[in-house]
Order: sequence, then C-alpha cells, then structure tokens
Amino acid sequence: MTQIPFKGTPEQEAELKAFIETKKHEPGCLMPVLQEAQRIYGYLPVEVQQMIADGLGVTLAEVYGVSTFYSQFTLSPKGKYKVNVCLGTACYVKGADKVLEAIEKKLGISAGGITPDGKFSIDTCRCVGACGLAPVVVINDDVYGKLTPDMVDDMLSHYID
Amino acid sequence: MVNLKINGIAVSVPEGSTILDAAKVANVKIPTLCYLKDVQKCGSCRMCLVEATGARGLVAACVYPVSEGMEVQTNTPKVRQSRKTTLELILSTHNKKCLSCARSTSCELQRLALEYNCDEDKFGSPEEYPVVDDSSVSLIRDNSKCINCTRCVAACDMQTVGAIGPIRRGFAKHIGSPFEVALADTNCVNCGQCIVACPVGALTEKSNVQQVWDAISDPTKEVVFYTAPSVRVQLGEPFGNPVGTNVEKKMVTAIKALGQNVKCFNMDVTADLTIIEEATELLSRVTTGGTIPMFTSCCPGWIKFIEHNYPEYLDNLSTCKSPQQMFGSLLKTYYCEKNNIDPANLFVVSVIPCTAKKFEVERPEMNLDTDVALTTRELAKMISEAGIDFNAIPDGEYDNPFEIATGAGAIFGATGGVMEAALRTAAVKLGGEGQPIEFSEVRGTDGVKEAEYTIGGVTVSVAVASGLGGARKIMEMIKSGEKNYTFVEVMACPGGCINGGGQPYVPDEIRNSIDVRAVRANALYTYDESLPLRQSHKSPVVDLLYKEYFGEPNSHKAHEVLHTTYTARNKFN
Repeated sequence: MTQIPFKGTPEQEAELKAFIETKKHEPGCLMPVLQEAQRIYGYLPVEVQQMIADGLGVTLAEVYGVSTFYSQFTLSPKGKYKVNVCLGTACYVKGADKVLEAIEKKLGISAGGITPDGKFSIDTCRCVGACGLAPVVVINDDVYGKLTPDMVDDMLSHYID
Repeated sequence: MVNLKINGIAVSVPEGSTILDAAKVANVKIPTLCYLKDVQKCGSCRMCLVEATGARGLVAACVYPVSEGMEVQTNTPKVRQSRKTTLELILSTHNKKCLSCARSTSCELQRLALEYNCDEDKFGSPEEYPVVDDSSVSLIRDNSKCINCTRCVAACDMQTVGAIGPIRRGFAKHIGSPFEVALADTNCVNCGQCIVACPVGALTEKSNVQQVWDAISDPTKEVVFYTAPSVRVQLGEPFGNPVGTNVEKKMVTAIKALGQNVKCFNMDVTADLTIIEEATELLSRVTTGGTIPMFTSCCPGWIKFIEHNYPEYLDNLSTCKSPQQMFGSLLKTYYCEKNNIDPANLFVVSVIPCTAKKFEVERPEMNLDTDVALTTRELAKMISEAGIDFNAIPDGEYDNPFEIATGAGAIFGATGGVMEAALRTAAVKLGGEGQPIEFSEVRGTDGVKEAEYTIGGVTVSVAVASGLGGARKIMEMIKSGEKNYTFVEVMACPGGCINGGGQPYVPDEIRNSIDVRAVRANALYTYDESLPLRQSHKSPVVDLLYKEYFGEPNSHKAHEVLHTTYTARNKFN
C-alpha cells in the first residue's frame, strides 16, 4: 500500500462523479468506472474507491475485491518517471531479472512500488515487442536495450536531477 | 414438474430445481462446502460434483438445473476420486491444527476428509501461514484455516454490511477487509453471522472463558450469571438435544455448578424492564411530538449498523440500554447497594447467543457494568470442561430477586418479539384490560414485517426487520418518505437472537434441511404460552424495582441507570 498522500483535485472528483452518474444504472458498470477512475487519477487509492462505492451503492469490499483481482488496476500511484522492465521470454533469458534487481536496489523500492519523493515507480511487463534489443527497459517514452546490471546507474542518471 | 433419476431412483421435482434439490427428494446425500441454504449457492468449491447425462464432464449439483429424463450418478469412482482430490488440495493449504481447533468435531472439512479417506499431507503444507486478525473484541479471523468458500462473505453481504470480501486472485486470494484494514477498524457490526456460516475454524468468537474461570476461582469475587431469553432453546443442542429443546432448568443448574456460590439470574427480567421504559418513552414521544419513528435499541449489531450507515437517525433510537446492559447496571447499582457488595468485587457475566454483545460490553458509555459477555457456545464449552453431565443433572431455579419474568420478556429472543412484547403492554396502557396477548402479524422470519393497530383510538404503524438486510430496506423506505412508521423493531440476525452469531454450531446437513430459526422461535413461543404472566407490566420483579429504586418509568434515576447515548461513525470505518 502506498504511503504517498492522496492529492486529488475537485476537478478530478467532479469528472469521476459525472462518469459514475452516466454508468451507475448499467449492470456490470464497476469495471468501466474503475478504468475511468484510474485514467483520471493514475491509480486507485482508498479515497477514490470510497467515492466509487458510494456513487454506485456497492460495498467498498466489492470495489476493492475487483480492483485487486485484475492486474490492470494499480493501488499505488505511478512516479514522474515510470520504469517498465520487460520480463518477456527473450528479455528474461537475456538476464532481465538481474537488471530489475539492480534497478530495485538503486531506487530502494520493489517492482509495483514508488519512491517516497514520487519520482520513480517500477513495474514489470511482458514483451514490448523489441526482443532484438533484449533485455529492454522503457522509462516513460524512452527505450533502453541490451542492458546489463552495471548499465543501470548510467541509465537512471538521466532522470536524477 | 421434471422427471429424472438420481442413482436410479425416479424423482419428480419442480422446474428450475437443482440436482442437489432433487437428490434431497430422493434421499441421496451429496456433500457440499461452499453451498449453504439461504446464504450462498455458487458452485465454486467443486465438492458436490456428480455425473449427469447430457453434461460434459462432472457438474456442480448445487447449481446445475435438472432436465427431463436426466440420469444422475452421485457415487461413481470418478466422482469419488474427484471429490477426494479436491479435499486433499484444500487440505494442502489448511492449517491442520485440528486437536485444539474450536470447530474440531463440528468442522465440515474434517468430517468430509474422514468420509473420503483423505491424506491430509498428500500435497504437503505451506511454509508460512497467514497471520491471525484478532483486532476485534468480538471475533477472530484465522485465515490459515480459511478454505476460501466465501460463505462468510455471502453472510456479510446478506446483512448488507460488506465488511469483508475476496481479495486478489489465484493462490494469493484470501478473505479480508478492504485495503487489508484490521477488522476492528472496519464497519463490521460484530453480528457473527460469518462465524455461523463458516464451515471450518477460520472464524470464531473471541473467547472470554478464561476470564470467567479466573473470576470463579478468585475468593474476593462474587460471580453472577444471567442468561438471555434465547439461550434456553439453544444450549441443549451441543449436548445432543434436538434443535428447539428448552433446557432452561438444566442450564440454571449447570451454571450454578460451575463454581461455588455462582448465582444465576434471568435476563428476561430486564427484557420486561426494557418494555416498561421503552413503551413509556414511545408514548411520551407520540404525545409530545418527539422524534418518530422510534427504533428499538436492544440489538448491539443494529446499533453499530445505524451508527455507520444512518447516523442522521440516531435520535430515533430509543435511549434505553439493551436488556444485557440494563441488567449489568442494575446489578452494579441496585443489587450491590441492597446486598452491601462493593461493585468492584461483583463479577457480572451475561450469557447471550451473540458476538456483538462482546462489543457492547466494551462500549465506553457502558462502564464495564457487565464484565464479560459469553456466547451460548462458550457456556457449553465451560459446562463440558467442568465435567458436568448436562442431560443428567437435576432441574434448577433462577436465583432471587431476578427469577420471575413474563412471557413477553422471553419472546425477545425471536424476531418480532420485542415488538409483540411492547404491543402487549401498550395495548393495555392505551385501551385498558382485556386486550389481545398475541400479535401474530409481527411473528415469522420474513425480512420485513409490517402491521397497523388501532387501540383506544390511537393508530400505531409498526415495522419489524429480521436481519440487517431487512433493516436497510426499512431505513430506505423511511428515508425516501415512502413509509411513516410509529415504531420499528430491528434485530441484526435473520430470525433474531435465536439465530445469533453466538448460537451453537448447527451441522450444515441440519441447517440445509430444516428452518432452524423457526424451530427455535416456536420453542420460545411455546414457553411464553406456558407462563402464568405474559405481559411485562405484570412482572412482580419490575414492579418491585420501581417501588424500591426507580420510582417511576423514565424517572431521573431510571435515566441514569437504564438509558444510554450513541456515537455517529463513518460509513467504512
């Protein structure tokens, strides 16, 4: 669970509530509402899930259950720089796990987490379609290929001001 | 009707029936785990798999609909092997500390493992077990024993509380509260319906048995018990008596045999007292334009529910303490003063079919007047531990001065009982003697019951909620202005206290075949009919209490000792 305080704005809240109003009478509307909430806020903290439970008239337990069932939802905010480590087959056999370990060590957080200053978050993914460059890491829109653990410091230095 | 054969036995069942329903008609037993009548039917545990013609592979009998000409086999090598493997897989993650488990011998998994000759170690055991959540004062969740059947979640949803749910998926799936908050910090109302729905020992009440043994063996303490109305029709079950057996007199003897000088009183006395206080409060609200509808306040599960969900209606709650807390206060004041006892040396134990009462005891405004609330199950455990041969002991009588109560107090244990008891007294107050004793409209286990009575020119519109699902329906109707009631009774557990979260475990086979709530409620109504006094205002004990101590109903003194306040809470925590 994230320790970063919730910083939602009234505009974000109004946008989510308006969307809930348009959806709340449709059966099975929890999924699209969660997706929209994640688009608006970037993640699904307790404050947002309570808004959804209230708005749809379902229990918080149900909202939380669905949000933890599907891997597309995240309960932790994403950093300014989103570090995505590919763990697809090609990257994996080329040592992506070692690269991930080095990144986790350098940033002091595990995959799925965010640094306390909100700058970096680490996630893992399956195949970004650049197997020729394995192992691959994507930071926001920048792609880094043919990585080894000792290249991690240099790669991240571009983002550490 | 649909005609089919179960193991070659021809049966005819209504369209839409499941194979499990049809098997019952054919007297064929199909094992279940996640299925529980009136609570959950989802086909997820795969225990009830059977072979059926026209189906690909094995099908779940609890959800699979019957069809014309279908032939079902419930006992083939394939079916038996499948069930056995399912059980062994469940056992592979189950913490098999069976010897000391509260559910040992009443555990559905244990029974099935034995029936299917399972090897509990076939697939090994986890290296680590989940941690136990013992944050709540009422109940303990031990997920190391949980088999993810989700019966507890279904029970919590049936109550429209939703404090728990399935979290994550696959091997990481577990039952817990949103955002993994400790149960004590959630909107759980402590009703314990999850405990009585659980097939294994993953959910139990938080036991206070040791505290009571300590007090009994402490020479400086005087220990007094008092028993709630419904305990008399539940306590016999763990000792092999059929559901609905009234064992009041043996119960009294057994309690007094727990230790020297242990006294046993009748909580029905304060049920009667509640009626006098509550009826006076209601009449005063009606005549002086007070807040209406008035809600009953006997049930601590309902109190916490309304505090979380409808805090804007707290003024509608009767300010009367529950019979349990009235009794505690009465003992620590009136009884101590009269008998020259230091209240600190009086150890007060209430016996109730309820886990929420443990929370109520600990509410700050209750002052720990009642020291401990024991469930019917815990009392049964103490009786066994003390080596008391329950069925062989002689009958006993409650102790003076709290021994005589009326039938109105006794029916507090069933849904509609508080309402009926109030009506019995209100009718006489409004219309004089010669009013009816029985008000059958408010009896029965329907979620919402409504009635209207005109007595002495006054019309009262009443509603009774059995279970919190019914309570929410009534609250929404009041909120939207659709209904205007004068008086509303709510009991958090479906059927009332006779089906409380602290009642003895009922084997699923019995629970799935008879309406336990109705049988126990009937036992209370039969008891009521057998009593010479059936209206609370005729209770000689209540009469004495007003003469000697309180003066008159709702007096200043009565308010000090018998009334309380409520706390608004957040919706989710």
